[in-house]
Amino acid sequence: MSLFWSISLLFDIALVAGLIALALHVVVTRDGRGAILAFIAFGLLLGIGWARLASVDVALTEAAIGGGLTGMLLLRAHAHLARHAAPPPPVAPEPRRWLVPAIACGLVTLALTAVVLAFPQPAPSLAHQAVASLETTGLGNPVTAVLLAYRAIDTLLEKIVLILALVGVWSLSRDAAWGGASQLQPAVVPEPLVFLARVLPPFGVLIAVYEVWVGADLPGGTFQAGTILAAMALLVMLAGLRPAPPTQARALRVMLAGGPALFVLVGFLGVAVAQGFLSYPEAIAKPLIVGIEAALTLSIAGTLALLVAGPPDRAPEP
Amino acid sequence: MSAMALTSASLFGLCGAALVGIGLFCIVSHPDLLRRIIGFNILGAGIFLVFGAVARRGAAMELGGDPVPQAMVITGIVVAFAATALAIALLRRLASLTGSATFEAPAAPPRSEP
Amino acid sequence: MTPTYAATSGGLLLVLAVMLPAAAALAMLVLGPRHTRRVALIALALGLVVALATGLQLVRSGTALIYVIGNWQPPLGIALRADGLSVMMLAVTAVVMAATGLFARELFGLDLATSDGRLATSFWILLMGLWSGLNLVFVSQDLFNLYVALELLTFAAVPLVCLDGRGETMAAALRYLMFALLGSMFYLLGAGLLYGAYGTLDIRLIASAGQHGPAMAIALALMIPGLLAKAALFPLHLWLPPAHAGAPAAASAVLSALVIKAPVFLILRLVVDIAPPGAAAVAGQVLAVLGAASILFCSVMALRQERLKLMIAYSTVAQIGYLFIVFPLAGVGDGTAPWGTIAWTGGALQLTSHALAKAAMFMAAGIVAEAIGHDRIRDLGGFGRVLPLTATTFGLAGLSLMGIPPSGGFIAKCLLLTAAAIGGHLWLALTILAGGLLAGGYVFRVMDRALATPAQPLLLRKPIPLRLELIPLVLAVLAVGLGFLPLAPFGLLQIGRPDIALVSP
Repeated sequence: MSLFWSISLLFDIALVAGLIALALHVVVTRDGRGAILAFIAFGLLLGIGWARLASVDVALTEAAIGGGLTGMLLLRAHAHLARHAAPPPPVAPEPRRWLVPAIACGLVTLALTAVVLAFPQPAPSLAHQAVASLETTGLGNPVTAVLLAYRAIDTLLEKIVLILALVGVWSLSRDAAWGGASQLQPAVVPEPLVFLARVLPPFGVLIAVYEVWVGADLPGGTFQAGTILAAMALLVMLAGLRPAPPTQARALRVMLAGGPALFVLVGFLGVAVAQGFLSYPEAIAKPLIVGIEAALTLSIAGTLALLVAGPPDRAPEP
Repeated sequence: MSAMALTSASLFGLCGAALVGIGLFCIVSHPDLLRRIIGFNILGAGIFLVFGAVARRGAAMELGGDPVPQAMVITGIVVAFAATALAIALLRRLASLTGSATFEAPAAPPRSEP
Repeated sequence: MTPTYAATSGGLLLVLAVMLPAAAALAMLVLGPRHTRRVALIALALGLVVALATGLQLVRSGTALIYVIGNWQPPLGIALRADGLSVMMLAVTAVVMAATGLFARELFGLDLATSDGRLATSFWILLMGLWSGLNLVFVSQDLFNLYVALELLTFAAVPLVCLDGRGETMAAALRYLMFALLGSMFYLLGAGLLYGAYGTLDIRLIASAGQHGPAMAIALALMIPGLLAKAALFPLHLWLPPAHAGAPAAASAVLSALVIKAPVFLILRLVVDIAPPGAAAVAGQVLAVLGAASILFCSVMALRQERLKLMIAYSTVAQIGYLFIVFPLAGVGDGTAPWGTIAWTGGALQLTSHALAKAAMFMAAGIVAEAIGHDRIRDLGGFGRVLPLTATTFGLAGLSLMGIPPSGGFIAKCLLLTAAAIGGHLWLALTILAGGLLAGGYVFRVMDRALATPAQPLLLRKPIPLRLELIPLVLAVLAVGLGFLPLAPFGLLQIGRPDIALVSP
């Protein structure tokens, strides 16, 4: 047992050292693209870290969003800035520019270290209550129960946050292009990308459906599935197999708003037939929750993909 | 709660503390705005790891961790992504309009949108 | 085990206050630009009714309204609670939102070609997002739920700043986003530490925990500065003037009047409801020093601005400062009940009268810019002759900012001054007086131009409909009218305080 312990501890220490080294590299390197690649590696490593923290749900989310989608956003932005902006000035080398911030940030880290080491023992936890209440939701995965039942209003409003972010991104288009579609496909599409875009999506959709289905009882769920679907949609659009949809299309907007709208409706249904807003009638709690999750998955997929795609830049067809 | 889980939770909590400091430094000191946006993501990762350490410490009932902070991290990651997307959209538009990717005065005359 | 929260009748109103605007935003997205404005106006009317009903329910029951979402009791679930102060905030928000909605409808209506275009449609959706976030800030009892509320505000407020699409406002919006995100992240980090120490994020449960370790102090030291960055208190105010001045007039009005009040409200809750007395007293002193610095420094900056909207924006930072000097004046942290003091009432009046006056002032500035084509103060000579109602609006709102009787701002500053004199806080008394004089300076500078006789008469670029001018005038009259209100309704502020459950758990 102790050998196993020391090996896994060593593994964790190496993981943490890797994370810190990559983060430092992002800060100090002069190569903008290198910083982004280091950050993508950081995201994947962090996903492993979350698995080591026994949070498979978070690990899946982090790897897909933190590494994948964010990395894609950053790489596209870097390419855009290289074309349109003057190169950024190099990091100021003189110590007076960075010494004071470095000391201040070091103090924040020190204070946090003190708190982390002084957390009470035994640790307070809601795990007991979360598991004890699972029965009334019909779910098996307590994380899903927190997201869709106990703290459902957080999840619902966070969907509104996503929609607002998307409206905000769209509002950055030129007046003429507003309501149109974004141009994702690069001038030259690499052949392997087209191949992947033809082969991967069916599997992606299958995995997503599976995630939503098992997410009720096992790790996985609407965010992870939505992210995978978003990645598939982006792949298809990047390869030029299908153009990005115009943002004014009614069907698209129904898809984006559908998940949260269903969530709100079921929430108010609870006022009439259960114990209040966002409370589910016990007999049909699970089907209701899985139904909301399915609709949310589509909304999340659409929102995330369009957030990566950015503001529309082609005028809509009349 | 095994001693092993506790050690690992503290280790990742300390990693979170370090990442918070690194991310913060990147945000306040880096002139390149794209790098600052990455700094925000590192800061966020650090914060989420502190939550993760808290969750891991709260392992009970055969769960690997307290599901409440875990769920909060999932919500947080999605919000952080949306923030990154909005920041990048603003930065791209700023660069298109002014030819500069910093808050300093534009270094080159504005160029037109592609 | 007795539940932490017992739901009260009318608690569902709090859910409606949050969900109604959110649902309206979704409906706008689906129905498309042509119906956006109609949905907005319906939502504004319903929202006003909800706010009114909440106020009536509070007065009738005399206790705070409580709702437990999904009937999941904290710590597992989330509770909403509205005491007198929260209900006052909900009401002020509803009034300013409704006025802004009407103003925006008239303003966008001036140009029929763009009235359902990018700017107007985005504005309406984002406005609803703001409203939902604001209401949630005022009623939520859960620190993570409040984080979501803060993010609703961030994501709705930032794009409003750069709706006009100029490079300058893009930079202002990006800087605003960075300050706001940094603030949210510090707040979230503090919340994580509190969860680690207490196993809950419910404000009432944290407050009633007996022992406080280092986590409480560090968490507050992270969360309060984070919120200060969002509230734009000196010296974290740099993002505000370009952002609030660059936004379209209707957006500036809500940003300046309401949005920055949300972090202020949360700081108040942290200091008064969560912090142990010793920490609260220290925090109160530090906040008061920063507040006083804000009043003096930003009033001087306002005096020096060339452009009208920038001047009003600097005035916002100065006026927010008054809210922070309330902490020591109300005796926060010294064992007394701060909500019973005259400084507390003064602070609430300051908050309300500033919200009304500042919204009126930004709308007036918007009308000036729309009618004349610029807002350079020097070249506005005689604008009072061509836009007499708007000049009156500006003057009335200015009265309240300066604290000249009779106006809401006068009573507010008078109460704060009295509290400072009684409490022996000479430096705060002097700051309040100096702030009033400086505000007089910048308001008179504009009024002087309004009444001047220009060498060549100003020409209006386009006719301004009477209704457009009347909306800010009504707000300015309300701000002044607060001064005539007997102070008795401010007994409302004491409803739900102290939180009974805290005293006898």
